[in-house]
Amino acid sequence: MDAGVGVDALRDDLAALSARLGVREGRPADAVDGIVPCLVVSPTSTADVAAAVARAAASGSAVVARGAGTKLDWGRPPERVDLLVDLSAMDRVLEHAVGDFVVRVEAGATLDRLGTLLAAAGQRLPVEQVVPGSTVGGVVATGLSGPSRHLDGAVRDVLIGLTVVRADGVVARSGSKVVKNVAGYDLAKLFAGSYGTLGIVTEATFRLRPLARARQVVTCDLSGEGVLAVALSALRANQIAASAVEIDRVGASEPIRLAVLLEGDEEPLEARVAATVAALGHATGLAAIRSAPTVPTWWAQVPGPVTTKLSCAPADVPDLVRDLATWAARHDRPLVVRGAAADGVLFAGCPATTEPSAVGALLEVGRARCATTGGGAVLLRAPVATKAGLDTWGPVRGLDLMRRVKQSFDPGRILAPGRFVGGI
Amino acid sequence: MSAARALDAVRAALERDLAPGALVTDRAELGTYECDGLAHLATVPALVVLARDAGEVRQAVAACASQGVPFVARGAGTGLSGGAVPVADGVLVVTAKMRRILEVDVDNERCVVEPGVANLDITRACATDGYYYAPDPSSQQVCSIGGNVAENSGGAHCLKHGFTTNHVTGLDLVTPDGEIVGLGGKALDSPGYDLVGAIVGSEGTLGVVTSVTVRLSRSPEAVYTLLAGFPDTDTAGAAVTAIVGAGLVPSAIEMMDELAIVAAEAAVDCHYPDGAGAVLIVELDGPRADVEAGVAAVERCCVQAGALELRHARDDAERAQLWRGRKSAFAAVGRISPDYIVQDGVVPRTALPEVLRAIGSLSAAAGIRVANVFHAGDGNLHPLVLFDARVDGQLDGAEKLSHAILDLCLEHGGSITGEHGVGLDKRGSMGAMFTPEDLDTMQMLRCAFDPHGICNPGKVFPTPRLCGEQPGRRGAAHPLVSAGLAELY
Repeated sequence: MDAGVGVDALRDDLAALSARLGVREGRPADAVDGIVPCLVVSPTSTADVAAAVARAAASGSAVVARGAGTKLDWGRPPERVDLLVDLSAMDRVLEHAVGDFVVRVEAGATLDRLGTLLAAAGQRLPVEQVVPGSTVGGVVATGLSGPSRHLDGAVRDVLIGLTVVRADGVVARSGSKVVKNVAGYDLAKLFAGSYGTLGIVTEATFRLRPLARARQVVTCDLSGEGVLAVALSALRANQIAASAVEIDRVGASEPIRLAVLLEGDEEPLEARVAATVAALGHATGLAAIRSAPTVPTWWAQVPGPVTTKLSCAPADVPDLVRDLATWAARHDRPLVVRGAAADGVLFAGCPATTEPSAVGALLEVGRARCATTGGGAVLLRAPVATKAGLDTWGPVRGLDLMRRVKQSFDPGRILAPGRFVGGI
Repeated sequence: MSAARALDAVRAALERDLAPGALVTDRAELGTYECDGLAHLATVPALVVLARDAGEVRQAVAACASQGVPFVARGAGTGLSGGAVPVADGVLVVTAKMRRILEVDVDNERCVVEPGVANLDITRACATDGYYYAPDPSSQQVCSIGGNVAENSGGAHCLKHGFTTNHVTGLDLVTPDGEIVGLGGKALDSPGYDLVGAIVGSEGTLGVVTSVTVRLSRSPEAVYTLLAGFPDTDTAGAAVTAIVGAGLVPSAIEMMDELAIVAAEAAVDCHYPDGAGAVLIVELDGPRADVEAGVAAVERCCVQAGALELRHARDDAERAQLWRGRKSAFAAVGRISPDYIVQDGVVPRTALPEVLRAIGSLSAAAGIRVANVFHAGDGNLHPLVLFDARVDGQLDGAEKLSHAILDLCLEHGGSITGEHGVGLDKRGSMGAMFTPEDLDTMQMLRCAFDPHGICNPGKVFPTPRLCGEQPGRRGAAHPLVSAGLAELY
């Protein structure tokens, strides 16, 4: 948009629209990956978001949505941010149908608060807070899942309904509040992980799970990738129905810590813990296999500050972990590798001071192992200068179709322009 | 160009490009493809392509695209919403001959198949390795995975294990402009939009799938099935509420009401408990110790809710006996009524008792019998509306009642379809569930894939969207309507 005049007009427009929007100038603290927005609004309803976006669309202003702002610097920096839509005031839990195991919640609600409310009813949303402070809208926009995805599925799998504000300011819903529904396109899948480039999610409806009465975590330290492969095979062959299978390795020469979460009723759980310990012991030859009722300290936390997400075919995980260790040794950088080992979704974290060329090499290593099976290595978070010279998203299957989807939903490219794959 | 000349051009191109036998032009043979599992919606296609591989699908679609001729994909033709009903001046692309299982990859817990592979054949291919393919629509012996992808098929066990969409990680798609695009793969997360998730359940309106990568699930250590007879659906419903409320997650909770039981007894002698006004089948799977504890808890819930009798199945033979009546129920209704409509609607599970009573009232008021057989665990109703087409007015009455049941589902915040899809059958009901803006937004996705509206036109949406138009500004007649490819209502 024409800087200055356009922003002034938009500011007046938004101020005239409603005092509820609380329109104000952007501040350095509002910066989206280094870009300070011209204006910030704090709507309290979907209708307010729609009104603000419609005004922005009319003037061709670029719009970025923010929840808690914990992952705003993931992906590429947007080309411009004229209007930041702060959804943190939209944090109501609109409907918790306890008997139906369904919750409908506004996008600005934090997972933390939602979790507390659901736990009081003996229920949970099976999406961990892997980045502290995350909101519902943020995890939907980034498609960010935690260890629970192993048994309960990723965000996309538990999201059954969505309210979005389109790029033209029109409000649309898809899905419903029943867990089984095939009426119309499943737009929730499309919006989950779309990084705010197709519309602004203002409400989400999820299916819930019962809270387990008891949990046990079976852990052991594995000396290297070979024994990791053996351990993962043993877990796969077993019928223990683990809730999650996570690994954590801090540094290339350190052991790989394996943790298997088992949940259920107190008494039957004992039998499964015993079976898991026996299976792992038999496969690895290790004597030191422990179980405890609590998860390890590193559980469900995305490592950083430079964060790469790696997704590969599950059986390739040991090789990928070895490749990453080789990278760490070669570049002499401490690398934390952590994630859902049985599902092939890992996160790698290295220091902010890692040279861009080294980060680039890390992405290449990841892509060599991941891209052939439809996965990828994506640089989620890094200093702007590091990201600038790198292909952060990597190869994308179906990019041409994705551009067409973006063109159809946001022909004026006003929603987080440039943040997503292929410059979408 | 006229539709006839465009079709001639497509026919000439396909006669030239396809292997002998792949193109069907004989009127009588074309007639066998006029409908899917919903037989009263029928249209004979102009041409049928029996594709043997992805290349032939691509050739067929590219030929259609170049001439602007509409096409429809069809798998095994078992769908229940008319989603595979052909277009009269169009091409039907049949993938039923594409039956190769391309790869069973147990290490990655994936299987790559062509779209014509029958659902159950995936399980057969990996069973000896201790795996199975979880989505189990009732037609799983014959329905094809391509159709499952189109409809996002569920089944009795999706209560715990999820739908097709939760088990597909990759697809090859022939886009409506005739390109083959690979999406996703064996990895769970691919960079970019989740197009695989958007395509699954799109009812064949975004392209033709030529390869599907599915997740394989580890077979459970134990499976246990219980059957409980109750005095009525209220008490059976109370048991369901108690089971779910106790934090149990059975793999299936199925219910039949009195009329459905009567029909099943007449058809297959299933010997369900005497005097039962409702029967529940509850199945649990998982680690043995968990299943055993779960069974005890389910028993308690049933007894406290007023169960008349409990029966147990510990092995496959006993399990088959318990499921016999349930699995035969749709067909069995033919024993007590010459004709029937199978409805498919969803309500929040907790609304089940109230909705069943309301269906009972509607049925009594209309003087039309309704048998209820359904997936109680997830609130997916399958009311069978019984009528006799030979009696004047009965079909009309049955259709009205069937629609009233859908309205009832929507009043309770439910859905017009849980697993059969919208297709041709329910596109007129979409406007009752979604606003014009909602539908318009869905069609933005369609426009991205199929801007010319040639891929399964007339399905899912009550009104086609002219791609590129501004929403809310419709002037002249839609080109699809003018061309006779779609109608508005």
